[in-house]
Amino acid sequence: MKKIISFVVNGIEHELAVEPRRTLLEVLREDLGLTGTKKGCGIGDCGTCTVLLNGVATFSCLTLAIQADGCSVETVEGLAEGGKLHRLQQEFVDHGAIQCGFCTPGMLMTAVELLRRDSAPSEQDIRRAISGNLCRCTGYQKIVEAIQAASEKTS
Amino acid sequence: MSKHRILNTRAPRVDAVDKATGKALYTDDLKRPRMLTAAILHSPLAHARILNIDTSRAERLPGVKAIVTHREAGTRPYGVSPARYDETIFCHDKVRYVGDEIAAVAAIDQDIALEAVDLIKVDFEELPAVLDGRTAMEEGQPQLHEMYKNNICAQIRWHFGDIEEGRKESHIVRTDRMTSKMQDAAFMESQSVLAEMDCHGDLTMWSSTQAPHYVQRTLAMALNLPLQKVRVIKPAVGGGFGPKASCSTAELAACLLTMRTGQPVKLTFDREQVFLHSRARHQFFHTMTSGVKKDGTLTFLEHKCVLDGGAYASFGIATMYYAGSLLGGPYRLKNMVYDGCRVVTNKPACGAQRGHGAVIARALFEVQLDRIGEELGMDPIELRLKNVMEAGETTCNELFVSSFGMREALEAVRDSAAWKKKRALGGKTRRDGKGIGAACGFFVSGAGYPIYRSRTYHCTVVTKADEMGGGVTVMSGAADIGQGSDTVLAMITAEELGLPLDDVKVLSGDSRLSVDLGAYSSRTTLMTGHACREAARDVKRQILEAVGGCLGVPPETLDLKDNQVVSLAGEIDISNLRKEFLKEHKGFASLPYCPNLTFSEASRIAFLERGAIVGTGKYRPPPLGGSFKGAAVGTSPAFGCSAQIAEVSVDLETGEVTVENITGAHDCGFAINVTQVEGQMQGSMMMGMGEALMEQIIYDKKGRIVNANLAEYKIPTALDMPHLDAIIVESDEPNGPYGAKEVGEGAIMPVIPSILNAIYDATGVRIEELPVTPERLVAAIKANPVRPSQKS
Repeated sequence: MKKIISFVVNGIEHELAVEPRRTLLEVLREDLGLTGTKKGCGIGDCGTCTVLLNGVATFSCLTLAIQADGCSVETVEGLAEGGKLHRLQQEFVDHGAIQCGFCTPGMLMTAVELLRRDSAPSEQDIRRAISGNLCRCTGYQKIVEAIQAASEKTS
Repeated sequence: MSKHRILNTRAPRVDAVDKATGKALYTDDLKRPRMLTAAILHSPLAHARILNIDTSRAERLPGVKAIVTHREAGTRPYGVSPARYDETIFCHDKVRYVGDEIAAVAAIDQDIALEAVDLIKVDFEELPAVLDGRTAMEEGQPQLHEMYKNNICAQIRWHFGDIEEGRKESHIVRTDRMTSKMQDAAFMESQSVLAEMDCHGDLTMWSSTQAPHYVQRTLAMALNLPLQKVRVIKPAVGGGFGPKASCSTAELAACLLTMRTGQPVKLTFDREQVFLHSRARHQFFHTMTSGVKKDGTLTFLEHKCVLDGGAYASFGIATMYYAGSLLGGPYRLKNMVYDGCRVVTNKPACGAQRGHGAVIARALFEVQLDRIGEELGMDPIELRLKNVMEAGETTCNELFVSSFGMREALEAVRDSAAWKKKRALGGKTRRDGKGIGAACGFFVSGAGYPIYRSRTYHCTVVTKADEMGGGVTVMSGAADIGQGSDTVLAMITAEELGLPLDDVKVLSGDSRLSVDLGAYSSRTTLMTGHACREAARDVKRQILEAVGGCLGVPPETLDLKDNQVVSLAGEIDISNLRKEFLKEHKGFASLPYCPNLTFSEASRIAFLERGAIVGTGKYRPPPLGGSFKGAAVGTSPAFGCSAQIAEVSVDLETGEVTVENITGAHDCGFAINVTQVEGQMQGSMMMGMGEALMEQIIYDKKGRIVNANLAEYKIPTALDMPHLDAIIVESDEPNGPYGAKEVGEGAIMPVIPSILNAIYDATGVRIEELPVTPERLVAAIKANPVRPSQKS
């Protein structure tokens, strides 16, 4: 039986009837059309589905949509404001931290959480923070550099 | 200062903002009205005869729209290599690996599709399975295919030069072995397909493919459709690395299901299916014997390789040839014998993966060179420098290298990584857990011939000037799978037309736009780059002819620069043309600002004079290579080469290897986009490091993969990766556009052996079985106690 949930996604409140077994990832992608959040494995191994749930980086493939009831969810679509890229997005673009781009949304959300928590992380802090987000294209080098550059502009 | 305005810069990728904002659409992000979801029934057995397939219960499940098996799909054979069409869309007589595809279901949602798959009943007669590639060819082994006697799918013996002569000249001769495990490409986006047939019988398929052109051909052939009725579109693709270059069962099944239901059908693999379908790295068993003179000059190489290719041929014939042919460089080697044999076994089919066929062969040869250097008492880099080829030379297997920065690359890593200083600290068989190792590599810059026999152009590009005046649109079938080819095409066009990068829009990855053989064998920059430059120059010629005609000046005296038409022969009066343009644009805000005609004015005037301004370009390599059997594989209009130094530390108690630093140099001819060249190099380092240390598909005794997920099939994380230092060497390739050649695959070549050589330097032991897991390394360390005199 479906349950009614209400949650705020990128600042907009939604009320939805969802099957209790459906994941947050499925509901974001299929019901809300927010396909920026990706499914790389569906079982919590790769990190491509990372969103912020009440500000905490969370694998949306391992989270039931009903667990997000009453929560605030942030996805990659909510990062740019007023047509201006978030500084992390801008640094990812400028540093060549994006190749195929499939890990990018999850990687960005993890980095957003990191920089909110710690405005001046060390390289090792950055590597630890994103170690749950797999990337097969970049060797991580330019991703780390982009996050470092974004943090320097914050602090 | 660079003579280029856009090329050779760090321009951001043209698709980067879309990817950073979540706007870029990948296949699984697409939706169509009335879309159905499909699921596939895979074989649970490695080898079995199919006695009966009963779909009746599945058909009765509400919500199921169609079920297809070999009865509906037919049994027309297809495959990658026309000489080895050994697959059918679905299994009909036998299943040949755990995961082999038996049936597919389309239903109104995924749950129903999966439930229906469970309800299909298949009766099997289980057969003994062949699971070991080393013994698959022996008499008495079960046979997978009638067409492959003794399970030998392909076999070759190449003989170049005089091996006996080489042996006689040798001061040192040694034999070494190396084996690897099957590996997965582990791209982040699993294969996804959306197929739709309309009322005219036109089939459109969106797919996460690397090669829309080959997929279009395979669909038309296997589904018996006219080629012009099949359109393949590649949306954004989340990495390919090889396995997405061949047409998959997912693609064929989704098309078949849309043809039967008249509704769009989506089929997306889950991660386990990616592993099951595979088409990734083969398992290799290499044995090499080579010799050198006293001064380190290489005398010969005798090379045997058995490739375990899994159940079907896929790209494997080329894999076998590449494993032999690409050892022809980067060293002068007059005498080479290669015995290659690819066998089929009851495991997922292997195909192409970054560094196609040549990666493990390269690993062993570079390890062998180190061992020879040690016996000779010669520094490994000196030994390599002694033997490297130079531009203008031809290998013993008739590969001509027209540009070659091998020496520069090797010297660059040697100096950048402070090799002489660090190496001096270690030297022979120290065992302090710290090590440094070097290696080189050699790779094609685009395969010289298409997969099917044809004198087809490898690619065409059509560039159209905006008829309203302003930018241009580049149309190409090339496949940007994340490597950045769209950006390369945009940069080349902007450079040629004097336009800002933003004014060039690229439409690509659609079989309807142009022929392009696709993103494989590191071809796109060189090949599509050529075609793109030609198309841009064609547009430029037409615009300048039209404008010159209006101005009464010869077009040769005009050029396009900085978004303007500039005169090379003094001032010209443009006032009439400007007046006409301004008249057309009454009320518009941004109007021409400079004394020269702008590109907008020029392209608009050209349209007013001549109608659509469309430029075309094409590329096809010249005839290349020798005439011996298999000579086509390994040919290329250009060759990339690379060198790398790895530094490791090894925990001698646990065998755990930490790569502390990687310094790589790659000769890409000319870096069209500096950031992207580095990105390809760094990505190669990561993939190679994973393959050296952790990546392996593990099978149980029944041929089932036990680690078909990204937690147990380990690829490096950000914490595993060291700092990656990428040095670009530019050798100005005469056959490449602007001097450019490959970087996508060549850069992986030295990665594995440089790490292996560093591990030896750190531990004094050599591991002959990849990957070098802590278990294997610690066992080898324990089995080889170091004598006190060997310690540094």
